[in-house]
Amino acid sequence: MSDILNTDILDTDIVNPVEPILRSDRIPHIWCPGCGIGTTVNSFARALVDSNIDLGSLALVSGIGCTGRVAGYVKLDSFHTTHGRAIPFATGLKLANPKLNVVVYSGDGDLSAIGGNHLIHAARRNIDLKVICVNNLIYAMTGGQTAPTTPDHSTTSTNPYGVFEPSFNLPHLVEAAGAVYVARWTTFHVRQLSRSISEAFKKKGFSFIEVISPCPTLYQRRNKMGDGLDAMKYYKEKSKVRHGAPTGEVGLTMTGEIIVGKFVDRDRPDYETMMRSQFRESLGERFVEQTEMVCS
Amino acid sequence: MPKGRVSIVVERCKACGFCVEFCPSHVLALSSAFNSKGYHPPHVVHPEKCSGCDLCGMYCPDFAICATKVDPAGHPAARTAAQPAGQAAGQTMKKATPAKGGSK
Repeated sequence: MSDILNTDILDTDIVNPVEPILRSDRIPHIWCPGCGIGTTVNSFARALVDSNIDLGSLALVSGIGCTGRVAGYVKLDSFHTTHGRAIPFATGLKLANPKLNVVVYSGDGDLSAIGGNHLIHAARRNIDLKVICVNNLIYAMTGGQTAPTTPDHSTTSTNPYGVFEPSFNLPHLVEAAGAVYVARWTTFHVRQLSRSISEAFKKKGFSFIEVISPCPTLYQRRNKMGDGLDAMKYYKEKSKVRHGAPTGEVGLTMTGEIIVGKFVDRDRPDYETMMRSQFRESLGERFVEQTEMVCS
Repeated sequence: MPKGRVSIVVERCKACGFCVEFCPSHVLALSSAFNSKGYHPPHVVHPEKCSGCDLCGMYCPDFAICATKVDPAGHPAARTAAQPAGQAAGQTMKKATPAKGGSK
């Protein structure tokens, strides 16, 4: 390398702070040039580093898809589940070992389409999961088919004459289902996203963070929207931070404004608390509090 | 005297250009040279302007670049908030590798 590239740029005494979180042997990753998923992983890793979370008490669960690959690139206890079943797996993990911090890291197609029911029911039950949903507006890994989040009038491989179905507004969906923390950022808002992930770790209950991410290979190419950098410039230009905005008004359009921010931050008893209080109420003396972890 | 220094792992780079575009002090530019996968990694064109904010490192989807604040002697300043977490994972934040570019 050194005979081609200027060796001044290879400054090896500086180590990237996210390196301890990554499985460096598997990098470079499979994500396309200009894809934003790596940026979200970067923000996630920095949130872990900066908030001093015990990495031994953290488990990361991914579904299938481009974002599903995250489980393979982080040096944490992680699991790459079947399509759409990241939340059920994470629910089981959390119930069996309530001390774990369980993160679900998956894409919009995995979480809101095939796993849509799991998403709303986990939010309804308020299971203590941190869900990071990387929304690239399309089914990217399978060839650019229309996803439930694909905006109106965009062209996809299964809608060559334009998408005509209304799309999901994910923050609205999970808020209505009962999530306690709902935020949306884009891959342009790296520091805000990192802070938001740290905040979600402090919440008890179902936290949902949607990250809008570019997909230059499938979504933008078919819609003549340029490459990853063009998408980032679009996010920079068109996104508006509105904390506490009513989630009903934050739906996405193809070229319009993107409302970002922390939309919901409320407190509601989580699944485990509700279960214990119900058992205590109905069983009285007969209810024995399980203090020791069953699985370790 | 630069306040920060950039480190680039050229072999990981996929030349998306995020670091070049979003560097607040315009330190970087895509080079005309190739890495082994045929991408043009960024190189430092204005090292004296680097503030060590590490925004390039946060934007990089390939974990290929990072910047750190340096002391007046040019040595990387110790990270304060982040260091304990890195050590908890059994890693040290700084490696003593004297040779520049020897390993790549």
